Amino acid sequence: MRPSTPIRHPQIRRAPARPDTSQGTVATRTISPTRPPAAPARRLAAVRRYAGRWGLIVALAALPVYYGIHDLVQGYQAGVVAGHAVIHHDLANLGNDIAQGLSNGAIWALIAIGYTLVYGIIELINFAHGDVFMIGSFTSVGLWGVFGLGLTTGALGLTWGLLATLIITMIVTGALNVLIERVAYRPLRNAPKLAALITAVGFSFILQNVGLLWRGGSPQSVPDLIHVQQTVFTIGGVQIQRGYILAFGVMIPLVIALGWFINRTRAGRAMRATAQDPEAARLMGINVNATISLTFLLGGMLAGAAGLVYALYQTNIWFFQGFKAGLIAFTAAVMGGIGNVRGAVLGGLIIGVIQALADARMGPQWTEAVVFGYLIAIMVLRPRGLLGEEIREAG
Amino acid sequence: MSELRARLRRWREAVEDRLPPRWNRVLAGVVIAIGIALPFFFPPTSGFMNATIIAVAYAVMALGLNIVVGFAGLLDLGYVAFYALGAYSLGWFGSGFFFKARVHVLVSPTQRTLAGVHLNFILILAGAALICALAGILIGLPTLRLRGDYIAIVTLAFGEIIGVVAVNGQSVPVGGGMTLTAGNLGISAVDQPYIPGIGQFNLLDLRPWYWLILAILLFVLFVNLRLRDSRLGRAWIALREDEIAAVSMGIPLVKTKLLAYSIGAAFGGMAGAFFGTYYTVVNAAQFQFGFSIFILAMVIIGGLGSIWGAVVGGMALGYINNYLIPDVLNNFPSHFGLNFQLTQVEFGIFGFLLVIMMLLRPQGLIPERRRKLELTAKIAAEDAQLAEVPGTAPGPS
Repeated sequence: MRPSTPIRHPQIRRAPARPDTSQGTVATRTISPTRPPAAPARRLAAVRRYAGRWGLIVALAALPVYYGIHDLVQGYQAGVVAGHAVIHHDLANLGNDIAQGLSNGAIWALIAIGYTLVYGIIELINFAHGDVFMIGSFTSVGLWGVFGLGLTTGALGLTWGLLATLIITMIVTGALNVLIERVAYRPLRNAPKLAALITAVGFSFILQNVGLLWRGGSPQSVPDLIHVQQTVFTIGGVQIQRGYILAFGVMIPLVIALGWFINRTRAGRAMRATAQDPEAARLMGINVNATISLTFLLGGMLAGAAGLVYALYQTNIWFFQGFKAGLIAFTAAVMGGIGNVRGAVLGGLIIGVIQALADARMGPQWTEAVVFGYLIAIMVLRPRGLLGEEIREAG
Repeated sequence: MSELRARLRRWREAVEDRLPPRWNRVLAGVVIAIGIALPFFFPPTSGFMNATIIAVAYAVMALGLNIVVGFAGLLDLGYVAFYALGAYSLGWFGSGFFFKARVHVLVSPTQRTLAGVHLNFILILAGAALICALAGILIGLPTLRLRGDYIAIVTLAFGEIIGVVAVNGQSVPVGGGMTLTAGNLGISAVDQPYIPGIGQFNLLDLRPWYWLILAILLFVLFVNLRLRDSRLGRAWIALREDEIAAVSMGIPLVKTKLLAYSIGAAFGGMAGAFFGTYYTVVNAAQFQFGFSIFILAMVIIGGLGSIWGAVVGGMALGYINNYLIPDVLNNFPSHFGLNFQLTQVEFGIFGFLLVIMMLLRPQGLIPERRRKLELTAKIAAEDAQLAEVPGTAPGPS
């Protein structure tokens, strides 16, 4: 008789699942030499801990607080009456920027959820996700043409048409995302992580060029079907436009439905289990491959919905929109704490506000640099984000 | 399939046995000799020479990125930043862009009469390497505590920020009515290299340019080979393979990683400075994210971590990008009734190459020895395992 091989418990091979969260700092994630730190090093660690806890919040509050004070003290030009500039000293202007930012952020939130879901389950930055969103925009604009939606369509027709567009777009982008996973990521599941990341970048470029061939290389304007800029009502000088209501009207139900799906259904539980520990999940009889496909399906569907809202809201589409939106949404997902759906929504809204403020106050040409500056700041100060949980260490 | 592969391997081993010892050094010498003599076989301004010069410069960049991605295993998606900084070093220190200044160091008599900062090209080359090395450290610092894919994002963000600054630098004053960059207009009329004793370069004769970039390539290649076999090179590879184990063996994490970033960046800067003078304009539109991926594709197609792979990958994609796609295959889709040109979708083609390469031959065209051993050793281990199963099935019963 051969001696039977000892049974190895999967837990034994894992890194400690969750370091002491009361420490709650980024410092716990660093790999430091074993020597006990000297006094200056300890002081540095304390500074870093402090910066990690508060630095991000200070950095996030900096822009709105600065411009709020600026508006109150220096005032801003609210209009021109009889040749004279009217200077106001209130926060209505800031409020308008923030309202616009939040509604923009609702779109980023929908995309960011896709990043966060995928990262949570297979720890891959799905670089192609932003381009799936772009394909979503292109598909929905194409579908408007198919359904004959135009500026003259009546309210009822528009509602049903857009609803049908939304559903079909979500199916298309969801299927596209599943397809990408099947072709480009699944064969590399056991390869080094770099490999899958590189195919993700490759697919991002392929999709961009599909978009380029589909609708040409320059931004195209699309019909403003719902008159997004029309003000619906005004609260305290802040104008709430139709576009804002649209963005939140699509985002909130979808996020609630997603939360219900993840927390209340059997498939959702399988997703959470796989995210926690794929090996153990498989031992419990969960079909891990199907669960991962399902995750990509959900992420792709949300990206498709975001694509439709983006096309309606911005009234122009471009093959490059996905790349930019993807980076912004990824920043949002990291800011909220990657792997965390609520964090992605929060991060999306915050990034939206930052972006709107940078657009309005510094000029849109600097927005990208500001957003990426924030991305780097988050990485330095608090890599696990605002609501971040300690994520499973990658093998 | 595996039988065929084994037979091929046996053949190759048999051929290698019969070759004289150190045959690959002889081969390298022959290749270099052919490389030096190459321009004599082509007209001085032919399109092929142009494509070759660009391809060699790409190879220099690929060698630089290979240090960061291939040796140290830090996925850098913002390498275009060093291209930009290298090119701007040339734009700043080798043109009339800073028109208020009058600085001339070792330049030709005609350049000496011009306004602006004019340094000798070799000095600019060294300066570009230095600036990029510092920038590399700057980019490396925040990524030190991060894991693989986060590093990719931070470097990408840095690359994009540099790109945005390059585009908007027109509105950044640096005093005296001068601006930081010329944005999308580009810094034009940059100096052509002038080497005392050799003379002034111009674009009517591409041969000196070719020898210049070939010399840079050989220098970078030499540094790369020496680095790979040095203590530092082994430290990079150790970090790539297992960071925790490497650190506990006493490898200084911060220093080793930062050196990888800065040395890789320096080579990118040198190639960038060369491109600046060769294209005669430093234009912010050159510095797109796609270029980072383009260079990454060279490294991956050549074989991550493989020096000769980076050279071959850089040259191959250089020719594909500057000769094959625009000159040879550009109208290929129209033969099938498709209404586009291949130059429009070149990045899609590179993306496709990346995906195919990763799926079919992840080790690249010329795999690094270590990686190849790893892969074949794994196959051997699997074969042994498979052989074991039928052996144990009858069992001792």
